[in-house]
Amino acid sequence: MDFNTKFTPHTWPDHPEQATMEGKNKVVGFWIFLACEVVLFASLFATYLALKNKGPAGMEFTTQSLFELPLAFAMTMLLLTSSLTSVYAIYHMRNFNFKAMQTWLGITVLLGLGFLGLEIYEFNHYVGLGFTFNQSAFSTSFYSLVGTHGFHVTLGLVWITTLMLRNAKRGLNLYNAPKFFVAALYWHFIDVVWVFIFTVVYLMGVIG
Amino acid sequence: MMKGLKKWRLFSLLAVMMVFLSGCGEDYISTLKPSGQVGKEQFNLLMLATGIMTLVVVIVSVIYLLAFLKFRRSKVGENVIPKQVEGSHTLEIIWTVIPIILLLILAVPVVTATYKFADVAAMDEVDENGDKTALTVNVTAKLYWWEFEYPNQGIVTAQELVVPTGQKVYFNLKAADVKHSFWIPAIGGKMDTNVDNLNKFYLEFDKESKDLKDGVFYGKCAELCGPSHALMDFKVKALSPDAFDTWVASMKATDGKMPDKTSADLGEATFAQSCMGCHAVSGTSGPGSKGPNLTAFGDRNRVAGFLEHNEENLKAWIKDPGQFKPGNLMMNAEGTAPIYGDLTDEEIQALATYIMGLSVEK
Amino acid sequence: MSSYTQKKGFGATVWDYITTVDHKKLAVMYLLAGTLFFAIAGFEALLMRIQLMKPNNDFISAGFFNELLTMHGTTMLFLAATPLLFAFMNMLVPLQIGARDVAFPFLNSLGFWLFFLGALFLHLSFFMGGAPDAGWTSYASLSLYSPGHGIDFYVLGLQISGAGTLISGLNFIVTIITMRAPGMTFMRMPLFTWTALVSSALILFAFPPLTIGLLMMLFDRMFGGNFFDHTMGGNTIIWEHLFWIFGHPEVYILVLPAFGLFSEIIPAFSRKRLFGYSSMVFATILIGFLGFMVWAHHMFTVGLGPTANAIFAVATMAIAVPTGMKVFNWILTIWGGSIKVTTPMLYALGFIPSFVAGGVTGVMQASAPLDYQLHDSYFIVAHFHYVIVGGIVTALFGSAHFYWPIFFNRMLNETLGKITFWVFFIGFHLTFFVQHFLGLMGMPRRVFTYMEGQGWDQFNYISTIGALMMGVGVILMVINCLMSIKGKPAGRDPWGDGRTLEWSIPQPIPFYNFRQTPLVRGLDPWWIEKQEGNKEITFAEPVGDIHMPNNSAIPFVISIGMFIAAFGALYNPDADKPWSIYVLIAGLAITFGAMIFRSVKDDHGFHLHKEEILEIEEHLYGKGGNK
Repeated sequence: MDFNTKFTPHTWPDHPEQATMEGKNKVVGFWIFLACEVVLFASLFATYLALKNKGPAGMEFTTQSLFELPLAFAMTMLLLTSSLTSVYAIYHMRNFNFKAMQTWLGITVLLGLGFLGLEIYEFNHYVGLGFTFNQSAFSTSFYSLVGTHGFHVTLGLVWITTLMLRNAKRGLNLYNAPKFFVAALYWHFIDVVWVFIFTVVYLMGVIG
Repeated sequence: MMKGLKKWRLFSLLAVMMVFLSGCGEDYISTLKPSGQVGKEQFNLLMLATGIMTLVVVIVSVIYLLAFLKFRRSKVGENVIPKQVEGSHTLEIIWTVIPIILLLILAVPVVTATYKFADVAAMDEVDENGDKTALTVNVTAKLYWWEFEYPNQGIVTAQELVVPTGQKVYFNLKAADVKHSFWIPAIGGKMDTNVDNLNKFYLEFDKESKDLKDGVFYGKCAELCGPSHALMDFKVKALSPDAFDTWVASMKATDGKMPDKTSADLGEATFAQSCMGCHAVSGTSGPGSKGPNLTAFGDRNRVAGFLEHNEENLKAWIKDPGQFKPGNLMMNAEGTAPIYGDLTDEEIQALATYIMGLSVEK
Repeated sequence: MSSYTQKKGFGATVWDYITTVDHKKLAVMYLLAGTLFFAIAGFEALLMRIQLMKPNNDFISAGFFNELLTMHGTTMLFLAATPLLFAFMNMLVPLQIGARDVAFPFLNSLGFWLFFLGALFLHLSFFMGGAPDAGWTSYASLSLYSPGHGIDFYVLGLQISGAGTLISGLNFIVTIITMRAPGMTFMRMPLFTWTALVSSALILFAFPPLTIGLLMMLFDRMFGGNFFDHTMGGNTIIWEHLFWIFGHPEVYILVLPAFGLFSEIIPAFSRKRLFGYSSMVFATILIGFLGFMVWAHHMFTVGLGPTANAIFAVATMAIAVPTGMKVFNWILTIWGGSIKVTTPMLYALGFIPSFVAGGVTGVMQASAPLDYQLHDSYFIVAHFHYVIVGGIVTALFGSAHFYWPIFFNRMLNETLGKITFWVFFIGFHLTFFVQHFLGLMGMPRRVFTYMEGQGWDQFNYISTIGALMMGVGVILMVINCLMSIKGKPAGRDPWGDGRTLEWSIPQPIPFYNFRQTPLVRGLDPWWIEKQEGNKEITFAEPVGDIHMPNNSAIPFVISIGMFIAAFGALYNPDADKPWSIYVLIAGLAITFGAMIFRSVKDDHGFHLHKEEILEIEEHLYGKGGNK
């Protein structure tokens, strides 16, 4: 099947993202890339756990005094919901319903932006308290872990938005279907990482 | 074929010669001539491991040479197509199981010794008076020199570790600036001095050091720590327990010794003026000084840990320490001049005489 | 379309190489770049050996010696061995599995340029205030203490070239999973492709910890972070763990493809299929897996406690078992074969005992209590050079001879090749055999000088003589390579004993590799066809249109952006260089701009039509086509 073939919902393949060799490569490659990202975040998590609450003598910041669960919970909800909406988007992509896919992707982006806004608010709040990046080993490792995740969210948002804009006039074809699919895959991954951050950093920080 | 075998014989003969030669390593620094219990056990492990490994190398080499000599194309014929053998389960099992057995033979003493060498429980044992029974030395590695504190005796020395023979000596190891590693090859294996945490281990000194060439064992820094890493040597004096007690007493006797700025001795006055900020001349001055404690300098074996112990070298050192140990902290940050400024030749001469005279043994 | 067959001008050729996505051209580029850095790092080693020739020598200064030892190790591992093996992987993997290119030709080019510009950046340090000087391990307390920008060059240079390596590794995995020709099942893949697969998987899991470690070092040194500053609650041991979680698998990343190369050479010149193919595959995977379980054996003296040391000691010993399996399988491949001692085979034959010697000293060092004596002494220097030179460099030299006709359609001179082997091989043993004893006699590694009277003088002298011989060997090798330019075309399967698909392709190899996708009928498909008297491999399809990727300059632009950004980050801590932050932003803008451009602009590749193919082949092989 060619990239330029025009499709109808009937001729559209069940797994459009893997219908071409390029698409198949992209999906396999992206899964492997995610495996590599898992190790990347694992290293950051391990470092964070080793340096949690460690700082210069007499440092008063601890996970208990700093983190607030309601905010982190709100962020979690936003991101989890956005993951669900991206599932809807891919569902419609597979059904060759371009408009619905774009709509759900749009909602995903908005939720992601909400998450990012809350994260910026959170960081800003901590900096206001004096918990800056340079304040201690704890702060450096916290901002590196959560910040790397935030950076991934930003990249994901730019990516999805670019895809939506670029293809707004063209609709779906076998060339861009794998692109939408892997972008959604990336978004799920970001979501999974956040679940771990929520558990390890916030839940275990406040309760454990 | 005979020619090949002859070459091989020559080669193995050479190898044996090499091993023989290495046995002649110097007894004050070679791990092959250990003078301490820990080093001896490590040497035995080395022999066991070398034995097993030589066996492996010999077996592999023999099969390999046989295969090579038997199946040359010039022998089997140019156009012969050998049988395409897929493999052999029996052989696979044999060369899986035999190495496992060999490794187990090695692994058992390895694990035992690992735990044994890490056992420092006796460090905290006390007698009925509440005094520690074991000798502990706190080692602090600093950029290119070593500080040795004896917490139970309340004394400090530097660059030359003094220990009694015939008992376990426990070490607390720490680095003050960057990571170093504490190693006395002839006595036993090394342990790192980290900046983050205290490492503990023990060594035993079986032999007094006075019969050695320089009267000391050689100690080394084994972790890259900057330009002068290669020169971060220290020496170890192993004394009989009585001689050690005498040494401790004479170190304690220097309590309160303080160079006087107004002294008639130019050396002492210069020392008080220019050196005292970093160097102490009393054995009880406590640890943590910026420069090595010089109380027993006159008794030492080396200037700056590696230069021959004479006044000429000491004078040259004082004049420009950076020339001998690049990057050392007696120089300013740019490494252009000593932090104590320029001294006149006269002052340096007097200073060297004064420092050479600092002794607890003479 | 005659554009494929025309001669090009110099400018056009350069542009062609900058924009190429052809795996064979990239392989040649990796080969050239790797050789360049191999020569630089080798020269650094010679300088160090000359300094250590006699006690108390003052040939080079202490500070410069530390820069040399750091750059020698870093360059050899990251910028010489890795790209040289990538050269073979790039060239051979698609040919061995019957593919027309790798899965992501664009990423292949990106991987190369990131590696090359990262390497270039690192080497600029010599001219811009001093190279890194904290060892290739760059342990945190020393590297934070180290003044100047040397360590910053290390961190940024490795970050960029490491990203390139990671991308290439990912590419190979996908290529091997999805691009195999019909009939090329996993258990029919040549062993080199297998090792390339496992090694790429190791890259994938080993490089991220290094990336994170380097990122932390970057934050600490350039942006005021506190990961490794113990006064701020940081911990330097984290660096050691992250570095070795990467660093140990890195050894296997390099040595597995070397095993793979020998597993191609030995069967070819024994005229016998690889003995115990399936157990070789199993051993490769097992080594790769165990490689991740043993990193702390580099840290026995750090003070992790007896339990950690004991576990890691035993785990490390376990690696000897699959490695031993490999050695015996090689020997049994020779056994009953018909051995032709060509230069590549000579390297293979020299490799077996050398590597076994390096392996057994590895087991000795795995014995934790014994390692307390051996660690950071010259014994370890001897050990890893036996593994790396005896294992990897002999593989590279041997394979260069073996695969030169695949790369360049020329043969290297056999006589000169054998002379090179003996000079290099004897020099190698002379250099490193005595170093075992230097270590046992108490000589620490990474020392810029040593005093007389410690019993080390004689062996150090011998070692230097050996190093000079190795230098001569490398020069002979380069002369041989240069001489081959004037040689005659080698043609298809010039050794006569080729077994795998790459030897079935007529020379010179067209840029689309296979006019028709081959049909693989078993292990060693070319051997099978030859045994059945066929002059040509069986094809899976008739001659038809071929889809090929377009060239692109974007990978180069992306890499240049990173290169520029690195200078910005480097000078960020300097108060007198306020412009640095703008350089950083500009560099990143170029990189991300190029990425978005790539994303927005469709790139469908192009189709090569049947008539064009026939025209190209007529040009390459003369009238009458491919016969």
